[in-house]
Formats: sequence, C-alpha cells, structure tokens
Amino acid sequence: MLVISCPYCGDRPEIEFSYGGEAHVVRAPASVTDEEWTAFLYQRSNARGSYAERWRHAHGCGRFFNARRNTVTDFFEQTYKIGEAPA
Amino acid sequence: MADIAIAPARRTAPLPGAVDRRIEKSAPLTRFVLRLPEESITAAGAALGLDFTAPINRAVTAGYRMALRLGPDEWLVLAPAADAAIPGALGAGLADRLFSLVDVSHRQTGIRLAGPHAGAMINALCPLDLGSAAFPVGMATRTIFAKADIVLWRTGIAEFHLEIWRSFAPYVVSLLHEIGREYPD
Ligand SMILES: [Zn+2]
Repeated sequence: MLVISCPYCGDRPEIEFSYGGEAHVVRAPASVTDEEWTAFLYQRSNARGSYAERWRHAHGCGRFFNARRNTVTDFFEQTYKIGEAPA
Repeated sequence: MADIAIAPARRTAPLPGAVDRRIEKSAPLTRFVLRLPEESITAAGAALGLDFTAPINRAVTAGYRMALRLGPDEWLVLAPAADAAIPGALGAGLADRLFSLVDVSHRQTGIRLAGPHAGAMINALCPLDLGSAAFPVGMATRTIFAKADIVLWRTGIAEFHLEIWRSFAPYVVSLLHEIGREYPD
C-alpha cells in the first residue's frame, strides 16, 4: 500500500487520506468575466509529472495539507502544511 | 421460493463464536470533542487537570479523565458517565478564551479488545503499523477498520480501546468476532 506522510501524523497508509484537487489555486475576484470565472472553477493544469495537490488526512487528524506528487510515478516528493511554502 | 426467504435471514444470524471474552463493551462513558486554539491549551489543561500539551496521537489520563489528541487542535475527552463537571469546569476556566466543546457521548460506543492477538486481530482489517515501536502504549489515533472510521487507543501492550460510531459498532464487532475465529485465545 502507498504510504503518505501527513505533516502532522507522519507516515500513514493511503486509505486514510482523501484527495482534494490541485493546490495553490487562487480564488478569482468577483469582478472577473464569466470566462475567467469558469476558468477559475473548472480549469486545472493537470500536469504530467510533478503536481501540487491538496490532500486531507480524513481518517486521521482530519487536516488538509499540500503535497507535491509525480503523476507519472505516483511518488510523493513532499508534503507540507497549508500556508507553508513548498521546499 | 424457500431459498429466497432463507437467504436474508442467514446474513443476519449470529456469527459462530459470537461470545468472545476478548471483545467487550467498555463501561458507559461521557465523551466530548474539544477544539482549542494554541493560546487556550494551558488554561484548558488547568481546568480539567489534563495535559493538553502532549503530542498529537497520544492519550493522556489524569484520575478517571482521559484526553486523546486526535488532531493538532482536536481532542476526544472521555470520562465515566457520572462525570458531569467537564462543561462547567471548562466554561469557568476558559471564560475569556476561545474553545469549542461538543457532547458526543451518545454518538459513539466503546469496545475493549484484549489478548495476545489483539494487535493482529485489528491488523486483519486496519493497515496501521501496530508494532510496539510504531504504535506504543498510550498512542491513540483516528484510523480506518474495514470501512468504518474508528478511534484506536493502545491502553496496554496487548489491550486496545476502540471508539466506534454507534451505527458502525455491530459491523466492527461482528468482523472482530469473525477474525477472532482465526486466533484462539
Ligand atoms: Zn494526519
């Protein structure tokens, strides 16, 4: 089983976690056009390779955190708390 | 048609070996989910006599009160059902500070699992490393057992306390009975 390192709890089994989509998506201001708003809501970079993602330790500490995962190899390069900068 | 009538009844029949003295209900408990910001931790500890500075995924006990740190700012506080003083003590001790206290006494049920194979029985359907180095006595965490979310607390080298949401308890307990058939005590 894949092991994911929660920034709060340490190494834990994958099935305790839930996926939260791309990380660092900045909310668009209310003044944007419909097209820009649609892009903010639905368009993601969907990178092949290193990808910043949100994860939640749902069956653990319950906290959201960020991770950088390689979408080709499924290797977790790093995990870090919300609000922290990636290393 | 007789087969159709029998099939559902068979699924709900008691499991063989359903009396297993290693698996028993804990005494009635009062339970609270306590959320504290950093600056309220010391005052809350003084109010309840519990050490809330202990690290995450650890349980602390003081007298008959217990606190399991399930998240960086989240504790499950347990006490015998007769202890009605917790909300009042916290309210008085944290009068000018932020905290959140939710009574979940009737949301969950407690199960005690003991015996030399207790860890192996949990590991049958829970992927946590329960070796005594990775999961020592006093460690407590939310985790997953089969498809149920549980709180697992190692209370002794061969003894665990499980907190299970009530509607999941028959599911978890019957699975433990089923697993127990592979581990004669
Ligand atoms: Zn965690």
